[in-house]
Amino acid sequence: MSGEASKAISKEVLWEGGRSPFSVSYGKMMMWYFLVSDALTFGGLLVAYGFSRAGSTAAWPIGEQVFRALPGLEGQYPLIYVALMTFILIVSSVTMVLAVEAGHRNNRKEVLKWMAFTIIGGFFFLGSQAWEWSHFIHGSGGSFLLAEDVTITGPDGNAIEMNAGEAVFMDHHFGHLMEMHLDGNPAVTLSGDADHVVLTELGDHPHEAHLHGLTINKYVEGETVLEGEAMATLWEARSENFSFGANLHDSEYAVQQSYSDFFFFITGFHGFHVFSGVIINIVVFFLVLNRVMERRNHYEMVEKVGLYWHFVDLVWVFVFTFFYLI
Amino acid sequence: MERDDLIVNDSYALNAHHSEEQGRAIRKKVYMVTIILSAITAVEVGMGVMFKRSETFTWTAIKWTFIILTLLKAGYIVMSFMHLGEERKNLRNAVIAPYFLFVGYLIFIALTEGASHFGMDLMFH
Repeated sequence: MSGEASKAISKEVLWEGGRSPFSVSYGKMMMWYFLVSDALTFGGLLVAYGFSRAGSTAAWPIGEQVFRALPGLEGQYPLIYVALMTFILIVSSVTMVLAVEAGHRNNRKEVLKWMAFTIIGGFFFLGSQAWEWSHFIHGSGGSFLLAEDVTITGPDGNAIEMNAGEAVFMDHHFGHLMEMHLDGNPAVTLSGDADHVVLTELGDHPHEAHLHGLTINKYVEGETVLEGEAMATLWEARSENFSFGANLHDSEYAVQQSYSDFFFFITGFHGFHVFSGVIINIVVFFLVLNRVMERRNHYEMVEKVGLYWHFVDLVWVFVFTFFYLI
Repeated sequence: MERDDLIVNDSYALNAHHSEEQGRAIRKKVYMVTIILSAITAVEVGMGVMFKRSETFTWTAIKWTFIILTLLKAGYIVMSFMHLGEERKNLRNAVIAPYFLFVGYLIFIALTEGASHFGMDLMFH
């Protein structure tokens, strides 16, 4: 792998002209410079996220509270899904290195094999991200803001003061029907009062959701589920301001809209990079398949897309830490 | 002067070839790095799930551990997977030095501004 770069050449000769002082081809050097500029863009985005977060006085949502669902499973698995996505990307990065290594041995069959695995890994990552976006956009139950200040009794008997404008969270079933009700769906009716709130969806198979509990501080530390009288007090103090999931102008996750906006922009911009990486990988896969690299007698094109692909993995490592972990 | 170091036809790539034996050694290293990267990720997730956020010194220490582990992972990806460690020192510096200079400055300025914004918000909210 070391190749030309490890060859000892005296400084005078190296900078004398007539050869690349970096001992790399023009294309590879330009790929590196492109990656530096792209890394600055991502650095700017993550720093902007840090700025918003450092400057915010309201509680900021934390990763393991927001991202704790797995497809098709009930229950809470904090960060497991994101860890899985990270692992998929690391593995596809490894198969890419192996493709580059095979290229240095001029082994066309192996290059094809490892590039195919890399492309499959890329599609797996994109699919995972699509699910995560869908889950983030739909939310898990939704929230409403309080219209007035209330004091409630917590599960362990302590008094909790809640101010107007603070968010209270509904469970998944209830929130789902509530959203339909608020959308003006005539099949859904709200009945009962205090702690006997029932939403009924009429149809061939009537479907009911009872208000069993309300949650406070769901996406920040100290999540508490309130039932009975405390739940009824919170429900009665509700405002018209309901949020379900997240989009570009509303979010159940935080009072700061910037949290969801950064999620969409940072993971979206990264996902777009993965998508373009997969496309470029497919193009190069077909070039290798058509023996273009064999005719050139070297596989540097694989190395260059490899650089881009590793970069995508590198960015995700930082997104993982600064968006999800910290 | 007769020069024997010139590479013609933009074919630096041709010099990157290696033998089957060297390939085996390189693959062994690649698998090692894979294990290291996966292990670091597992440790990070474990710590993230286990420790609760708070205004304590422990959480600050954990945050810095995350950042150091992330830089370590980034180092392995850039130096080993992207082979920057095997390139000439000039190229390495041309890539790394400007990046750390600009991003370091950006982090400093944005966090200073953010902290000031936080203070103003508390004071005049």
